[in-house]
Amino acid sequence: MSYRISNVLFVAGLLIAQTGLYAQARGGRAGRGGAQQPQTAKSSAPIDLTGYWVSIVTEDWRYRMVPPAPGDYQGVPMTPEARKIADAWDPQKEAASGDPCKSYGAPALLRVPERLHITWMDDETLRLETDAGKQTRLFHFGDWKAPAGAPTLQGDSTATWERSGGGRGAGAAAGGTLKVTTTNLKGGFLRKNGVPYSDKTTLTEYFDLIQEPDGTPMILVTIVTTDPAYLRQPFVITSQFKKQSSEAGWNPSACSATW
Amino acid sequence: MTRKHLLTAGLAAFLSSGVPALAEIDLSGSWAAINHEDALERGGGPNPADWAGLPFNEAGRAKALGFSQSVISMPERICWFQTQWHIAAGPFSLRMWAVPDPVTGKVVAWMVGAWETRAPMTIWMDGRPHPSKNAPHDQTGFTTGVWKGDELIATTTHLKTGYIRRNGAPSSDQATITTHFIRHGDMLTVALFMDDPVYLTEPYVLTRSYNLSTNPVAMGGPPCITGDEGVESGVVPHYLPGKNPFVDEMTKLYGIPQEAALGGAETMYPEFRDKIKDKFVMPAKCKKNCGGN
Repeated sequence: MSYRISNVLFVAGLLIAQTGLYAQARGGRAGRGGAQQPQTAKSSAPIDLTGYWVSIVTEDWRYRMVPPAPGDYQGVPMTPEARKIADAWDPQKEAASGDPCKSYGAPALLRVPERLHITWMDDETLRLETDAGKQTRLFHFGDWKAPAGAPTLQGDSTATWERSGGGRGAGAAAGGTLKVTTTNLKGGFLRKNGVPYSDKTTLTEYFDLIQEPDGTPMILVTIVTTDPAYLRQPFVITSQFKKQSSEAGWNPSACSATW
Repeated sequence: MTRKHLLTAGLAAFLSSGVPALAEIDLSGSWAAINHEDALERGGGPNPADWAGLPFNEAGRAKALGFSQSVISMPERICWFQTQWHIAAGPFSLRMWAVPDPVTGKVVAWMVGAWETRAPMTIWMDGRPHPSKNAPHDQTGFTTGVWKGDELIATTTHLKTGYIRRNGAPSSDQATITTHFIRHGDMLTVALFMDDPVYLTEPYVLTRSYNLSTNPVAMGGPPCITGDEGVESGVVPHYLPGKNPFVDEMTKLYGIPQEAALGGAETMYPEFRDKIKDKFVMPAKCKKNCGGN
């Protein structure tokens, strides 16, 4: 074999090998006949968020475990307009308003002490349910397009997997992040005492899966709320949820405006 | 082109075509702290006797109740170094950089810069073991790291006693801190677990968020300078058992029942709300440390 032919074969071999590794890392699966199985968000998930999870409330305790007093806004970068609205909040009027779910909208929902139940609704839709307030959020992967409609408490959420190591290559480790972007939100409260967010709000969330020192899985959700009307800068907080082995403690309860 | 050139070119193309040797991520840079969460605890400091959400055991609670904030005004404690937990409990930004081996260029350690009251954290990445449990302990501790995908996990042991909340909640010299560094674009999320068999019944977790900044964060803090803060020589400020005057401070200020303010693992979980629902009294108006600016 001449040098030229062997060189070409060598480089071609490298390319073929790399392509194979790339496909493996992307999760591509070839059957015996070589036919590619279509990848779905569910089958290609780099982390498993499904199951029951419980809030671990070690931060912002006095704004989460009990309703904060009127005027208690520590930590929220409110605009003067937001301050004016929050200062007018009255717990008795709120209780009588007939809309007790204002503090259970997507930007605040994962700050509520609660349990989560996360399941795949279909191959391209991850469903997150809460017992507190009995809310449901749907995270849509792929080329899902939000239907036209009025803003809602949980808005319209698109989801993508962000894979470790860029998601390719032989060395790419398992793992990654779920990124969720939510728009078309109806205005509500970031905290139960009337700290507002508007219907101009965009919510970006990063769901990471880590382990406690004893190996128990824990979801970290970094929550970035951007609201040009009521926030001077993006409001950034992180909530953590510990994995449960069963539905123990799952206690669906209605929204409450005052507790 | 010679055969040698072709082989070299082929290998270079293969190795540089986006196939990472390891799934790691660059953490270097200046990370500006975002202190929206636990703003009071990380800023001015927590209210006295506020240990809600802290998985204390009886020993931890008893030690915390003996704490007087004036202890840090003792001349020998004004410049008291904190443990690496101060990353979670303090307000400061982070500077991170990698330390390469001078010969191979391989990263042997990641560094988290120091502050005035905290030593730098050296996260050894070269596989060295932690020292014997009988080796000396200090506030810096000894830290090793591993990558799990794009997540850097650092384990710190060999710490001296310290605080896990700046109002006297203690940590022991048997504590282990596990720190997770997770980058999302120009945002960094850091989760810290304190595992302490002496004072805690469960791991205590706190998270911090940072934005990548072009304003350089100092690699080390300014020198701490002691002064006279009014504590007489020879006096160690403290409270005897049952004598802490702030034990009902959270009830007075925010209507939070004392059993919640005194902490314990159950205060971290949602069902604890049922236990205090009938005891909580919402104040008519926030009176202190209310924020909103």
